[in-house]
Amino acid sequence: MVDAVQDERVRQVSKWRQALIRPELGSIVGTIAVFTLFAFFAYDSGMFKPQGILNWSIVSAQFMIIAVGACLLMIAGEFDLSVGSMIGFAGMMIAVFGMVLGLPMWLAILITFVICAAIGAINGIIVVKTGLPSFIVTLAFLFILRGFTIFIPQTIERKTIIGGIKDAAEGDWLAPVFGGKIGQPIFRWLGDAGFIDTFQRGSREGQPVIDGIPMLIVWAIALIIFGHILLTKTRFGNWIFAAGGDAEAARNSGVPVARVKILMFVFTAICATIFATCQVMEFGSAGADRGLLKEFEAIIAVVVGGALLTGGYGSVIGAALGALIFGVVQQGLFFAGVDNSLYRVFVGVILLAAVILNTYIRRLITGER
Amino acid sequence: MPDSAMPDSTTPGSTMRSPIIEMRDIEKHFGSVIALAGVSLDVFAGECHCLLGDNGAGKSTFIKTMSGVHQPTSGEVFFEGKPMSFSDPAAAIAAGIATVHQHLAMIPLMSVTRNFFMGNEPVKKVGPFKLFDQQLANKVTMEQMSAMGINLRSPDQAVGTLSGGERQTVAIARAVHFGAKVLILDEPTSALGVRQTANVLSTVDKVRKQGIAVVFITHNVRHALAVGDRFTVLNRGKTLGTANRGEITPEELQDLMAGGQEMVALESSLGGTV
Repeated sequence: MVDAVQDERVRQVSKWRQALIRPELGSIVGTIAVFTLFAFFAYDSGMFKPQGILNWSIVSAQFMIIAVGACLLMIAGEFDLSVGSMIGFAGMMIAVFGMVLGLPMWLAILITFVICAAIGAINGIIVVKTGLPSFIVTLAFLFILRGFTIFIPQTIERKTIIGGIKDAAEGDWLAPVFGGKIGQPIFRWLGDAGFIDTFQRGSREGQPVIDGIPMLIVWAIALIIFGHILLTKTRFGNWIFAAGGDAEAARNSGVPVARVKILMFVFTAICATIFATCQVMEFGSAGADRGLLKEFEAIIAVVVGGALLTGGYGSVIGAALGALIFGVVQQGLFFAGVDNSLYRVFVGVILLAAVILNTYIRRLITGER
Repeated sequence: MPDSAMPDSTTPGSTMRSPIIEMRDIEKHFGSVIALAGVSLDVFAGECHCLLGDNGAGKSTFIKTMSGVHQPTSGEVFFEGKPMSFSDPAAAIAAGIATVHQHLAMIPLMSVTRNFFMGNEPVKKVGPFKLFDQQLANKVTMEQMSAMGINLRSPDQAVGTLSGGERQTVAIARAVHFGAKVLILDEPTSALGVRQTANVLSTVDKVRKQGIAVVFITHNVRHALAVGDRFTVLNRGKTLGTANRGEITPEELQDLMAGGQEMVALESSLGGTV
């Protein structure tokens, strides 16, 4: 009897509503709302001029890079609270290997990636083997990594910031992959043709105000595409959903749950390292306080993007839009001349709103009560 | 996925040939606890063999031994006539023994297709990449579901929107599609309503007719009698015997399960409703 009633209700779902009900819905609505809002309040501020767009795009791209890793890991049913510390640690490793030990920059970057991926694997192995909540295990690594990030440069260089990396990276083949820019000729042409502004005076007179797309943005887009295809279009993606949805059921069906989870910890660590490398190459220095609180920003972007904190449900596109919302608001408040501390208020409010909305959408999709 | 693993020569309810799986005098001890004290059971292809027993009778331990989760302390297992010992569930699954658990079978947040092909995803090559063949997976899922009498709105529908009985049916259809020769159903009807139970029982009947051996674990005599060809009753870790269909009454089965006397006394006061 109950069956029949349910059936009828299920069949009433229209195509329109079906297209609407998806994990990304909350973040799509949020993105539209945020852009509309700033179009009203900050249109004249230059926020939507090329320089302004580049400004919030870079900030958003930073959020996106770590959000993609956090998103896949969360769908696989785990957290990583050590992302922020990993960013600081990875940056410091590059500086230590490249500056203190004097290795070529490409080697320093590669060694750092190997070390950080290994730490991600250790995180994952401990979580999988002990069955402890990843919350606790990665919280431990949050402190361990941050501690080393402060301890190492203080011990060998007696300071917490190691600079001069830009000069050391000069002529290196790998460093521009993270710190360089692409599309300079296009922007030069756009500047010459008058589509974008050019500098009117100074040493760069005649050059366009934007001389290329930073590799940071390229990495963000590449990671989003990679993550989205991996999650929705491959076998492995199905295993990610299964591992997070119900590890026991997945194991019963022959899904290598342990391997999936460990690999996702490694991927999250790699994303953090990409972030760190881009940052170090851009700033030309590594600081012991880099990446502070980034783990929470990544998790919030993922949750705003529609992922379920308990795993098994979510979307990379949603997480990317969540990151975009953060970038736009953080910089938009600056453009609109609003005090920056209100950004935190906003983060709290949007987190709450997103979680409430997403819980509702999810109930519609899954029929859970 | 072709259904090549399915035995094609078997006619349902055929004359007794050798059983597809035979368990002889299985004992299982956990430390000082004797969970199984000599259980024997054989199942033929195309037969539904019901394993009945009250809570704590050892049903779960027994089927876990059958599906490779536990290794018997003593006793022999013959699979397709050959002695066999499964070191883990994966070995049993590879041999064609599939278990459908009451819970732990489906992931509610995932679509029916994704659940159906979980761990067995079909892939197609796109350039250098191997991608999940969603179209094929959706098509097969829809076909298999409608063969089992479930009309899905869409293969993208989350399993959470299905009823308990439909979920069991998806799990059974999945096991059959991936070549199960022996299907162990662990209390598939215990949490279901009347109508859903009827659906699951009719699914069991369809599966049996395809020539698959079904081991149906239950403590509900009526559900067992509805589909069972043979009935084995477990009590306190021992087999109390096996009866053929038509040779035993529901009352006798009930008595065996409960261990005799007390039930008789109860029965009169309850008017035979249990």
